Amino acid sequence: MRLNSVVSAFAFGLILGAGLVLSGMADPDRVKAFLDVTGAWNPSLALVMGGAIAVAAPAFYFARRRGSAMQGCGISPAGSAVVDGKLLLGAAIFGLGWGLAGICPGPGLVLLGYGARGALVFAAAMVIGTRLAGFFAPPEDA
Amino acid sequence: MSIVIEQAVLEEALAGGVFIGLAAAGLLLVNGRIAGISGIMAGATGPQPKIWQWAFVLGLVAAGAAAALLGRALPPALGQEPLPLLAVAGLLAGFGTRLGNGCTSGHGVCGIARLNPRSLVATCVFMLTAGLTVFVTRHLLGHG
Repeated sequence: MRLNSVVSAFAFGLILGAGLVLSGMADPDRVKAFLDVTGAWNPSLALVMGGAIAVAAPAFYFARRRGSAMQGCGISPAGSAVVDGKLLLGAAIFGLGWGLAGICPGPGLVLLGYGARGALVFAAAMVIGTRLAGFFAPPEDA
Repeated sequence: MSIVIEQAVLEEALAGGVFIGLAAAGLLLVNGRIAGISGIMAGATGPQPKIWQWAFVLGLVAAGAAAALLGRALPPALGQEPLPLLAVAGLLAGFGTRLGNGCTSGHGVCGIARLNPRSLVATCVFMLTAGLTVFVTRHLLGHG
């Protein structure tokens, strides 16, 4: 069962990564064109989020009713619903980084697979940033 | 402002989004986990990594490697960005997602899909600051 969960996690990472490549989310130029609403705006990436949510939402509804995953383990509990300063500050800082390079964490890892030097720098910095945040403000969940 | 819309790009975006949604649904229903990439990555590189977290991260990296092997060109922008800028962007992305407990996948897809108001707020905030950042760097500073 443990092996199955490792294999399925790899497979879902692979599928998600393929989605990021196919959708254009792993293309920093297209991401910036999406974020650049006052320039030559390319709204296509709104469909990525819309499509993903439309597919995922029924799964979340079903999982909540069912209460356990197919491998027998529980469903990871929904985190806090409280909007606090940490959430707002963290989201704002993340957006700053996303807008600077046009890369968010998933595409950062996908681009690492391309073997690009820039992606290695981004991914390594991202891991360091994660550790720094854990140092300054230990997260409540894992 | 002008709007650029190409049919093929829209279809790819929607198809890619469906893949992302399927992966999030699969990880939830099969593994019982939320497909929040920043959180999984932080777990994998943290003090108590789980094997499934590394498997998921490696799956993402493998998708990039497979795309390269299948001849999909590396996005040209990546070769042009100065490495210090990528380092700063990566630091901010890692720090911010850990502090705010999620990124585009965790808040933007999974959180909104399960109707969590916290994720909706976070998504609006990071979209706003990302848009402002692009506005400042592109139109005020003339970079990228």
